[in-house]
This record gives sequence, C-alpha cells and structure tokens, in this order.
Amino acid sequence: MKGMYAVYRKEMGHYFVSPVAYVIVAVFLILAAYFFTQLLALYIQRAFEAGLEEGQFGGGAAFDVPSLVMRSFFGVLSTLLLFLTPMLTMGVYAEERRRGTMELLMTSPVTDVQIVLGKFLASITLLVIMLLPTAIGFAYMLHHSEPTAPWRVLGSEYLGVFLLGTALLAIGSFFSSVTESQLIAVILSFGANLLLWVLDFGSQTASSAWASALEYLSAFRHYDDFTRGVIDTSNVIFYLSFIFLGVFLTIRSVDSMRWRRA
Amino acid sequence: MIEVKDLTKRFAEHTAVDHVSFVVNKGEILGFLGPNGAGKTTTMRILTGFLPATSGTAQVAGFDVFNDSLEVRKRIGYLPENPPLYLDMTVTDYLDFVARIKNVPAEKRRARIEDALQKTTITDKRHELIKRLSRGYKQRVGLAQALVHDPEVIILDEPTVGLDPKQIIEVRHLIKGLAGSHTIILSTHILPEVSMTCDRVVIINRGRVAAIDTPANLTTQLKGGQNVRLEVQADQNAACAAIREVPGVRRVSGEPAGGKGRVALMVEVSPGQDVRSQLAAKIVGKGWPLYELRGVNLSLEEIFLQLTTEESEHAAASSN
Repeated sequence: MKGMYAVYRKEMGHYFVSPVAYVIVAVFLILAAYFFTQLLALYIQRAFEAGLEEGQFGGGAAFDVPSLVMRSFFGVLSTLLLFLTPMLTMGVYAEERRRGTMELLMTSPVTDVQIVLGKFLASITLLVIMLLPTAIGFAYMLHHSEPTAPWRVLGSEYLGVFLLGTALLAIGSFFSSVTESQLIAVILSFGANLLLWVLDFGSQTASSAWASALEYLSAFRHYDDFTRGVIDTSNVIFYLSFIFLGVFLTIRSVDSMRWRRA
Repeated sequence: MIEVKDLTKRFAEHTAVDHVSFVVNKGEILGFLGPNGAGKTTTMRILTGFLPATSGTAQVAGFDVFNDSLEVRKRIGYLPENPPLYLDMTVTDYLDFVARIKNVPAEKRRARIEDALQKTTITDKRHELIKRLSRGYKQRVGLAQALVHDPEVIILDEPTVGLDPKQIIEVRHLIKGLAGSHTIILSTHILPEVSMTCDRVVIINRGRVAAIDTPANLTTQLKGGQNVRLEVQADQNAACAAIREVPGVRRVSGEPAGGKGRVALMVEVSPGQDVRSQLAAKIVGKGWPLYELRGVNLSLEEIFLQLTTEESEHAAASSN
C-alpha cells in the first residue's frame, strides 16, 4: 500500500512538473469549452425556432435544451478522450524503460502490482482533474434552466465518461509497457482506441452473431446509454472488466520485463 | 551475507552467467572484475531480483533472491550501470521518493536523506534539478539513492565510470568508508580499482568465475610465476638459449638495453618455483657480466590478463 502510494505520488509529481499534462489538459479544456458553447448556442436557437412554430401552429413537442446539450456534448467528449488519453499514458512505462528507472522500481521492495496500480491511479486522477472543469458549464446551465434540471442524467453521463476514459487509460498503459518508445506507445494505443470506435460501424453492415459480438466489444457503443441517462449494470460491468483486463495485461507485461533481456 | 551457488543465466542465444558460485561475508567489499560482457551486470541483476536465474540459487541475508525477492530487495541498495534518475526531479525530491519506495519510515526519512546527501557530498546541490547536474554529480546522486535506506547490502555496477580522477578517488574513499557496516559488491573493469578498494576479488570471464581471492593472494598465488628481470652483457640469442636450459623457465624474451652490448631479459617462471639462484649460476658460469637480477611481482592487471586468456584457451580447447 505504501509502495503504491509512493509510486502514485511520484507519478502525480511527474505529470505536473513536466509541461505534458498542462498542455493536454489545456487543449482538452479549450476544445471542450468551444464545443459546449457552440452546442448551447445551437440548441437555444433550435428551441427558439420550435417555440415560434408552436406559437404559430400550436402543439409541438417540448424542447429540452439542457438534455440535448449534455447528450451531444458527452458524445463529443468521448471523441476527445479517444485522441487525448494515449498522450496521457504514453510515457508511463516507455519513458521509465528508456531511462532505466524501471530497474530502480523493479529492484525496490514494491510489487509489480503496486507499481502498475500506483501509476494507473495517477493517470485516473489526471483524467478526473481534466474532466472536472467541464462541470462548471453544466452547473451554470442547469442552474438557469426551467423546469427542473436533469441532474441525475448529468451524473450518469459523468459516470459514463469516467468509465470510458479509465478503460482507454488502461489500454494506453498497456501499450506503454510494451515498448521503450513513447511514439510507438501513442500510435499503438491510438490505433487500438480507433479500432474500438469503428467496431461499432462494422457491426452495422453485417447482421450475424459475429456482428453482435463486434458490437458488444465496441467500447463506445456501451457509452451511448450513459449519455441518455441510463445506468445499465451490464454496461458498467463491461467497462469494469475492460479496465480489469487492461490492468491485468499491464501487470503481466511489467512482469515479463524481468524475463526478457533488458 | 551473500551466498551464490551454481548460478546460471541463459538468454536465448548465449549463456551470460555459467555456474557461478561465491560467498561474500558481512562487512566485506567484494570486487567483480572482468572484461565488458563477462556477466558482471547479469549476476548483479539476479542478486537484486531484477532478473530471475535459469538455475542455481542466490541468497542475500538468508533470503532467496527469487522466492523471497521482496525481503531481499528491502536489504539491497543498487546502483545500476546507468544511474536510474528522474531528470525532472530535484535531488531531495528524488531521494525522498526512493526512501519511500524502499520503506524508510516517515520519521526517519529526513535524517536518512541528509545522511545520504552528506556521504556523497552533494548537499550543496540538493535543490537542483537532476537534469542540470554534471555527469559526476549524477553518478553521486545515483550512489546516494543506493544508500538512502541504509541497506545491509550495497551493489554497485561500475560506480566510477565517467567520473574524473578526483571524483574517482572520492567515490573509492566513500565506498571504503561504507565497508564494515555494509556488505558491498562492486563491479569494474578497471584493475587498480579492485586492488585499492576490495577485500576480495572475483574474476569473471565469459560468465565463469576464473578466480576468487584477495588481491594480495592473487598476486602471491602466481608469485611462483614471478617473473625475473635480468640485465646481462651478452649476445641476445645466446643468452636466451642458455636461460631456456634452466629448469622451471617457461619463456624468455629479450631486448637490447642501454647499448654496450647489454640485453634485458624477461624470464617467465613456472608457478611455485624460484629459479633466481640457478639463473645467476648459469650466467656467471657462462662468464657473462651480470648487471641486474630482480624478481618482478605480477600486477593484478597481468594476472587478470593471464587468467582470462587461460580461461579462453580452455574454452577453445574444450570446444575443439
């Protein structure tokens, strides 16, 4: 436990003394803020038009701006994470291997599991730090919306984006552990993320057991329900098992460094 | 303190460590001497729990390095060939991190860090970023890292590589000062380093132990093989031929010395024999003026060369 905390502490320190984390978080927040304001403006415009229509012709469906903004925004957020998480994790192991500091960690009285979990928790913390400021916009929007704001939906969406982000970090960590090059790590994990994303499209063209298996594997398909405010246990389990698998593979990969020729 | 038995490490294409056995007593400094690629680093990596051995056992402080790896790692301070430094940390932050992963209790951490800084004389650089330090200072930070948890066993892989002569002397003094309270293994391919710092030497070549002894004993062990230097006024070829007749002489080489028809002869003698008086008798018997007759102790360097070349001759012979 102590060993894990020491590794965690070091990783957090590393994120914030190097410019990498600042740059990634800044890029993320700028893009997120841009999309948020654009979406908000778009749906307010639509609602206004719908209101006019309703006045002219009567009837018409109620227009729920906050829910629409949130849903679209979290859709965009998943794409942003797809691009940015590989950069958060690329150096986690690759850099330590290249610098030889992995040898220090692996000859210290900490287990491989403690090393991997310490690093993984640090990257999750950074993900949370990255996501938190986006809540400011929502708090503002929901505070001013009439009628009651769908806070519960927002909670489900944040849970979804957190699980998706964590799963992507698990993939990234694993790919960082198989190479000494940060560039290779980022390319591999980006490729894997992209593949998980397009699996969804592939499944739409075919209709068989194979297609539904592919569809199940798409990490982004399971995210949809969360953005609609539905917390389905099977989706939660999907992400948790995904994360578990990623972490497990990373631990095996770190362990295998001992058996390979260093 | 450290017991290594029949340790073997095979990689896919070659055997890096081949049935190596040795013992290091508590408080001793053991030197690991061998050419590059001899298996020194691999042996050290096995001892520190970084690599598993293919066969054989190694124990540190009574714990098996494979089965009780964590217990062993608690007791070992290790400086790899390239110091494992986090370049964007300050020296103190780095040592604090190492102290934490080495399980130094919170209340002792500060004192241990101070101690390590002082021993390696880097106190004045404590707040500098490691990447701004020179090679010599980086090496010392690496050394401080190996000491910070006050381990029973310290393993240093080529600790003086890349240092300037003044720093080398400082580091050697430091290592000598650590002996007694710590058990130390250090590897090097620099011979004077072992004779200056180590209590005992393991000469390793091609993954095998070629010799284990104290530097002094290694010299006397081959003292029978003490060479003799002669300076005689005679024809070089005739003198060489005459000396070869003396029993116990293995090899003679000569070169002209200082004109006036004198030659200097280096006589290599079989181990365990002292032929100085016979040599004198022979030369005087021939009626040649004898100017010098002197025993020359083999330096560790020559022993090292001799041992490692003999070893490879054996290997060549056995593979034929």
